[in-house]
Amino acid sequence: MCTTTASAAIRTEGLVRQFNGLTAVDKVDLEIEKGEIYGFLGPNGAGKTTTVRMLCTLLAPTEGVATVAGFDVASQPGEVRLHIGVALQEAALDPKQTGTELLRLQGLLYGLPKSVLRKRVADLGELMDLTDAMERPIETYSGGMKRRLDLAAALVHNPDVLFLDEPTTGLDPVSRARVWEEVRRLNRDLGMTIFLTTQYLEEADELANRVGIIDQGRIVAEGTPTDLKRSIGSDVIFVRLDGDAASVCPVIETVPGVQSVEARGNEIVITTENGAAAISPVAVALASCEVPVRDLTLRTPTLDDVFLELTGTHIEREDTAPTEEAAK
Amino acid sequence: MTTVDVVAPVGADALRPRSAGLLHDLASIAGRALRAVPRDIESVIPPIFIALFFFLVNVATMQTAIEAQAPGLDYKAFQMATAILLGVTGVSRAYALVLDIQNGYFDRLLLTPVRRLAILLGHMAADVTVACALTVPILVLGFIMGVRFESGVLGVLVFIMIAGLWSLAFAGFGYAIALKTGNPAAVQSSFLLFFPFLFLTTSYVPRSQLSDWLDTVAGFNPVTYLLGGLRSLVMEGWEWDELAKALLAVALVGAVSMSLCFAALRGRIRRG
Repeated sequence: MCTTTASAAIRTEGLVRQFNGLTAVDKVDLEIEKGEIYGFLGPNGAGKTTTVRMLCTLLAPTEGVATVAGFDVASQPGEVRLHIGVALQEAALDPKQTGTELLRLQGLLYGLPKSVLRKRVADLGELMDLTDAMERPIETYSGGMKRRLDLAAALVHNPDVLFLDEPTTGLDPVSRARVWEEVRRLNRDLGMTIFLTTQYLEEADELANRVGIIDQGRIVAEGTPTDLKRSIGSDVIFVRLDGDAASVCPVIETVPGVQSVEARGNEIVITTENGAAAISPVAVALASCEVPVRDLTLRTPTLDDVFLELTGTHIEREDTAPTEEAAK
Repeated sequence: MTTVDVVAPVGADALRPRSAGLLHDLASIAGRALRAVPRDIESVIPPIFIALFFFLVNVATMQTAIEAQAPGLDYKAFQMATAILLGVTGVSRAYALVLDIQNGYFDRLLLTPVRRLAILLGHMAADVTVACALTVPILVLGFIMGVRFESGVLGVLVFIMIAGLWSLAFAGFGYAIALKTGNPAAVQSSFLLFFPFLFLTTSYVPRSQLSDWLDTVAGFNPVTYLLGGLRSLVMEGWEWDELAKALLAVALVGAVSMSLCFAALRGRIRRG
């Protein structure tokens, strides 16, 4: 068992998971403080879900150590389970049960007294806006309602650490906003530590105190969203061309104030300390290249720009890294 | 979403999670499985229909011929045990377990402090309850047809108990396949075991009337001894050696199926 700092809710050291020789998670080190919302950002297949499954005791690490709520996931899985709540990527529900039956069973398995369960289930139903649906079979719920019930199931026992694996994937904007608000509230009011995986940049940006960016099983960057974005410059000039962007890069790199230039297909991302000052010289330089410009946009950096800077690809790309499902 | 105080509406201590214990876990899981039975009534109706149907048809078609060749044999009483086994063999919620695996609910259970064994035993406890309940209409039909238990009321209860245990032993194969494969079609295929167990034996005629090869095979089939024990309760009274053989046969099949089942459970948990 590794030693944890007193305030660490989650800590990993050299965490590795392989499937049939393919490495899905590769030497991941994390240290997440109590009461923190940590966003784990990466494209599909980057290793986010595999990491969560190891931290939740569903999957044994191939190498390395991990502690959650102060307990080792490999040697003290029972203690870990008592302290965590988990909403997995797909709402894990029994469609034949009613909402009340599902939450009640969940509470019973956590050893909650029957005397408190009725009120607890009613409170959670109200909290998740499901009161009117609680006596209906779950198979009649909409996707958003299932997600909210899944989150309620993860909260029955008031966990210290909450894992949310892509909690808003597939949700409409209204349902997504509701989940975001609830995540903020749980963290603010209960001091709950929240480990949130997502492939949505704005979700990590909106919710997380700190973000870890994972690609092909490795953490490639970590920090507050602001720091990560600042690390690539104050401003970004985004250019879309009707032609090969790579041929234009050498010209743009000579423009004063330009910090870096990344070309991908027909797109160029230019980082600069002062976008307002640099955009005109960039436009002039582009005009001299005789490649038609379709878009020229000045904006502040996003986490996708960070990911692009670090990996050379966008975060929304289809990833080919080994995944648990593929390996199986 | 409405803002509700969920910090500790009933006191923080009351919401402190703790391991509930094996029996409590088992009761919780079994309760869920039993609640699902009326919602999945289509999984219970066919076996009971088949058992009642063949009980009536077999007696109607074969009673005269068999009783002529085996003087003193009450064929209705003889067929009662066969009908019961037709009804309870294959009663299992292994299919529901596969659905749990597929829709992720099995993972949700694994994320709780529930004893892993209780997930399986809870389903099995529900199966035994259902199997015992399924024997009742068959027994009632037998009583209507004039079958009487030489072993009395207690014999009826022991008869039901042995049938329930057999159902459990056989169900273990379905659960093993469910946990190993997570595939509904594979679970359905476990029904193939039903045929050698129930038909390469004395289901329809006494052993003395089986052909040589079938008699040899029946000698190795545990169901032969199970049927012998069940029939002894109906036709002879308390024949302890027959009952012991029946229980031993159930234990043997159960030992094999449960070993496979628990190994599959360990494998699935290890695989994650």
